[in-house]
Amino acid sequence: MSVLTGKELRIVGFLCNWCSYGGADTAGVARATQPTDLRIIRVPCSGRVNPLFPLKALLSGADGVLVSGCHPRDCHYSAGNFYARRRLELLKEFLPIIGINPDRFEYTWVSASEGQRWQQVVTAFTDRIHKLGPAPRFKDAEPIYDLPGALTSLVRPLDCGGNPALDELKQQIRDALADGHLHCVVGWQQGYDPIHATPLHMRKPEDVDRLIWGPFNIHSTANMITQLIKEAQDAAMVGVKRGDPIPPAKKVGVVVKGCDSKGLVELLQEKLIDRNAVEIFAMGCNGTVSTDRILAKIGNTAARVSAVSGKGDTLTVTADGTEYTMSMNDIAQDKCRACKMPSAKVYDHFAGEPVTVAEDAVPEPAAIMAYLDSLTLDQRMGFWKGQMERCIRCHACRNACPMCVCREVCVADSREPHWVTQDDTVTNKFFFQLIHALHLAGRCTGCGECNRACPVGIPVGALKMQTGRIVQRLFDGYQPGTDADAIPPFLGYEVEEKNIPEHHIERA
Amino acid sequence: MTICFLATEGLVPWLAKLAQNYRVFAPRREGKAIIFRPWKEGDKAPVPLKATVAPKGVMFPACETLVSYKTTKDPQQLDKVSLTLKAPVKAEPTVLFGCRSCDARGFVALDKAYLGGKFKDPYYEARRNATLIITHTCDNPTPTCFCTWVNGGPASPEGSDVLMTAVQGGYVLEGISQKGNDLLAGSGLPDGSDKLNEARALRTEAAKRVTPRKDLSKAAERLKARFTDMDFWIAQTAKCLSCGACTFMCPTCQCFNITDEGDPASEQGGQRLRSWDYCMSPMFTREASGHNPRMVKAARMRNRVSHKYWYSTEYSPDGRFSCTGCGRCIAQCPVSLDIREIVVKAIEE
Repeated sequence: MSVLTGKELRIVGFLCNWCSYGGADTAGVARATQPTDLRIIRVPCSGRVNPLFPLKALLSGADGVLVSGCHPRDCHYSAGNFYARRRLELLKEFLPIIGINPDRFEYTWVSASEGQRWQQVVTAFTDRIHKLGPAPRFKDAEPIYDLPGALTSLVRPLDCGGNPALDELKQQIRDALADGHLHCVVGWQQGYDPIHATPLHMRKPEDVDRLIWGPFNIHSTANMITQLIKEAQDAAMVGVKRGDPIPPAKKVGVVVKGCDSKGLVELLQEKLIDRNAVEIFAMGCNGTVSTDRILAKIGNTAARVSAVSGKGDTLTVTADGTEYTMSMNDIAQDKCRACKMPSAKVYDHFAGEPVTVAEDAVPEPAAIMAYLDSLTLDQRMGFWKGQMERCIRCHACRNACPMCVCREVCVADSREPHWVTQDDTVTNKFFFQLIHALHLAGRCTGCGECNRACPVGIPVGALKMQTGRIVQRLFDGYQPGTDADAIPPFLGYEVEEKNIPEHHIERA
Repeated sequence: MTICFLATEGLVPWLAKLAQNYRVFAPRREGKAIIFRPWKEGDKAPVPLKATVAPKGVMFPACETLVSYKTTKDPQQLDKVSLTLKAPVKAEPTVLFGCRSCDARGFVALDKAYLGGKFKDPYYEARRNATLIITHTCDNPTPTCFCTWVNGGPASPEGSDVLMTAVQGGYVLEGISQKGNDLLAGSGLPDGSDKLNEARALRTEAAKRVTPRKDLSKAAERLKARFTDMDFWIAQTAKCLSCGACTFMCPTCQCFNITDEGDPASEQGGQRLRSWDYCMSPMFTREASGHNPRMVKAARMRNRVSHKYWYSTEYSPDGRFSCTGCGRCIAQCPVSLDIREIVVKAIEE
């Protein structure tokens, strides 16, 4: 294990300046024998360790990563390690989905006086990594290009017959627009053919005539809300002179399905939007469809659809002069199959009756997650390698995401810090997806827009679903975007975490 | 003109033969997408459909190294550093198999940017010269296709070396360029002249299924008049997500970014990379000062549409649009934004 034997592995350590770095120093001063595989990076606090640091190290060829900070309740900055504990536990449990053995990553606590404990920690961790051997590399993984096509069962009956309350909804929007307090209202209209809807920005009461509601309203209306609020604020400032009082901006109206409203609620939770800046028009959703599945049912991706009509569970599509009937069970989007919140809970106007789902209904796990769980670690690495090869970095996944509010200042476009380069290697492209997934941990509402927007069909949403599963387990079933008053889990901490064990690696 | 007939079961063996002398790119299915990939012996027959992403990457890769550079310290005199530069322009003989006419016409539009004028791009040029394009004429135009609007068609020969049309029992291969004729002449495939009429009839049939043509001859003039009509552009682009899907899918989008990556003092050295860039991103025009002449997406979309249907008609000697009507930007747009609608509205309203 010593450097002299030439058999070192690459282990990266992130040590907090106040405790663990001191602890390592104490061990050194005491001449404690230690393995020499560890390369130490000193950080001000374990709270400074962005989970992307260890992840980047692991993807770039590290065989193991160790983070060590002050003991909980003993942080130099009072609470840095409390935040770190939640993030690092998330990271550890996240790793298997991308095919990295979670044992290659560990976090622990060593104080400056614990030279002996440091010796034990570093010896135990190095031993563990040596038992695992050199880490498998992305470039060597056997790529898997295929995707599971399995459909999960519906948690509730879906309906494509439209909503009888549409006229009521339209009237509510017309009245609000006529009142003049709205900048615009975002909804949906028919797109270039009857199976493609497209977002509609209603500015005048007559625009409301084009509004549609039904199984093709697939786009999230929450995703442009921050930009539209900004637009409304800018519009209010037109003609305002220096010294004039700042006039109030008009509100932005938004028509929401249950899933769209979760996006708004999450933005409210994070105080990224002000409740008074939006006016929410809600209606109960009976499920939306995947146009890919419809075309697959027709059996021709070039099908020319001239008409659609829905009745109950059955959608009738007229394409190239032939009528095709299909059941929602076969064509519904994945997210709708598991949706337990078809109606918004936070709204200003609700048209018709809310659609509800039995409280105790348990959705079947997503097909992609069941598939990934069935693979070995090496196969998962190969899966992501195969899928990410076709990524063209259009960033539609990011721009379609209601939670991605950074937009023009995304780290993916940044040269400083330089998280991703312009090089189009699979690991580089994949690292952007990991940034997106980890930035959404505890925030992703599962709207599935990243998956749907991907023009080449990469199931990037699975990475966010993995964070969602971890968050649910660690934080007692917490679901982002369902409670406007809840503090998102990674913006807070508990002094004693209920579901996060203290890691004592030397005993493991 | 050499015309050959290739039986359906002869396709894979013929590709295998080509693969001995060429790097062959052919479309294959991956998940819901159809992607051009290197084809090698043992692979299945290529998918006979329009690929999700245009094959422009064969000539103009999503990312390529323009120059590699490395610094070396003189061990005798440490402040003396020497720099070595390598700019490898290399192109392997390549066959692009199974693209559509709209894809092949895309290369003609790219040629204007990369080979026209005083300076030629050596990287693009080398690959262009080394590549043979076998176009599978289109037999199933999709609802988003509009090749006939932009003076193309499902069987337009422009940009192709060989046109391949599926007929009863196989394919008719028709040499278009010298390169294509030579390939067919040396292929040992039987003559297919007797099937050419069948192929032509099928092509005419396919052309009828393209979305009825709209006259775009006034597009340049009308877009010019629309340039300052910001209300029009804001209304048309309100739903745009500013992602790069349309641009990266496009067979004619040609813009790139150049960045230096890596440490020249490291073992691997540094690389100057050229990678696809997209005008839908606010970063595309942001200047070092922070000023951005195209702050809003309306201005960015105006640029994209105007470039395709106005600017390009002025800088191309033949006045061609920088759009081949492949419809990918419509079909793959996450919000189903329809560029046809914008152009038609610009002309008609």
